[in-house]
Amino acid sequence: MHALCKSFGEKLVLRNVSGTLAAGRITGLMAPSGAGKTTLLRILMGLEQTDSGRIDGLDGLRLSAVFQEDRLCDQLDGVSNLRLVTPSLSRTEARNALEAVGLADCIGQPTRELSGGQRRRVAILRGLLADYDLLILDEPFKGLDRETKQLVIEDTQRRCMGKTVLLVTHDPTELDALGVTELLTGLE
Amino acid sequence: MLRITGGFLLGAAVGTVLAAFSAKLRLVEELLAPLLLAIKSIPVASFIILSLILFSSRNLSILISFLMVLPVLYSGVLGGIRAMDSQMLEMAQLFRIPTLRRIRYVYLPQVLPYFQAACASALGLCWKSGIAAEVIGMPTGSIGERLQQAKVYLDTPDLFAWTLVIVLVSLLFERFFLVVLRQAAHHLERM
Repeated sequence: MHALCKSFGEKLVLRNVSGTLAAGRITGLMAPSGAGKTTLLRILMGLEQTDSGRIDGLDGLRLSAVFQEDRLCDQLDGVSNLRLVTPSLSRTEARNALEAVGLADCIGQPTRELSGGQRRRVAILRGLLADYDLLILDEPFKGLDRETKQLVIEDTQRRCMGKTVLLVTHDPTELDALGVTELLTGLE
Repeated sequence: MLRITGGFLLGAAVGTVLAAFSAKLRLVEELLAPLLLAIKSIPVASFIILSLILFSSRNLSILISFLMVLPVLYSGVLGGIRAMDSQMLEMAQLFRIPTLRRIRYVYLPQVLPYFQAACASALGLCWKSGIAAEVIGMPTGSIGERLQQAKVYLDTPDLFAWTLVIVLVSLLFERFFLVVLRQAAHHLERM
């Protein structure tokens, strides 16, 4: 990323943001609320255009993400939500993945009937299991209780090994737990 | 009855397809706007008489039902598409979900309630206008022709009987159609 700038009307959200994502590793991004983290992620995801600056090496890459919101298809169950974005995933693989994060009891239920924490785990798995070259995690563990969070972080760490990931969080313990050593700076 | 049903189904199909095109291309919406405004504003009686002058009375109720249903379905479905959750569309875009799967699992569940509501409104409308068209056009063997005969012979029991038949048939068709629609939607939304 080179000198990215973005404003909404009068409000300048990103000012000359530059940085590099380490290939095959997790890069962390911590910044206060309103610093433009989500805007930067939206630009990386191709959902927003920059006013100026450029991003190299992103063309043709397959992206995956865990959004701040769950963005699940409410009428589908967990397995179907995972297979919607990753059709190559077998039902058994999807079930095993859900069981690994403590969702064995609610596998067949439409996600509209799940609790917030359960939905969150399905959304996280959907991002982790998709075929991607770059995974963007926008405060993925928000809303999970301590034990579940620990379980999901371990699962995330295992699945993200050797992958290029950008993790946005407000919690430094999440960076430690995932062994993040690279940090993206430049947002204030 | 079959003609009115045919007009309804045709109007629902064309209205839905046109709404999809309008949602995709602003130009299509702008081109269709005056046409649909005209269909909504022109009295049904004018359409009926104009149709009788231009075409035969045989398929009059198909055309009239179609014209009554088209704008209702078009507006309903277009409103549904416009009200879709943009976050879900972004999710589908990011994960590169193919078009058909996207329509089935992302668009359909969100647009369907609007489609169902539009169908429920249009069903009553198409029966009323379809029968009115038959009363004026009197195609052979139609309920409208029987109503017209009841009027000519001042046969009040016949008039009430046929009115009851119309109410029952439209009610049954509405229930049946909405149940079929719900079942189809339930099946389609599941993976």
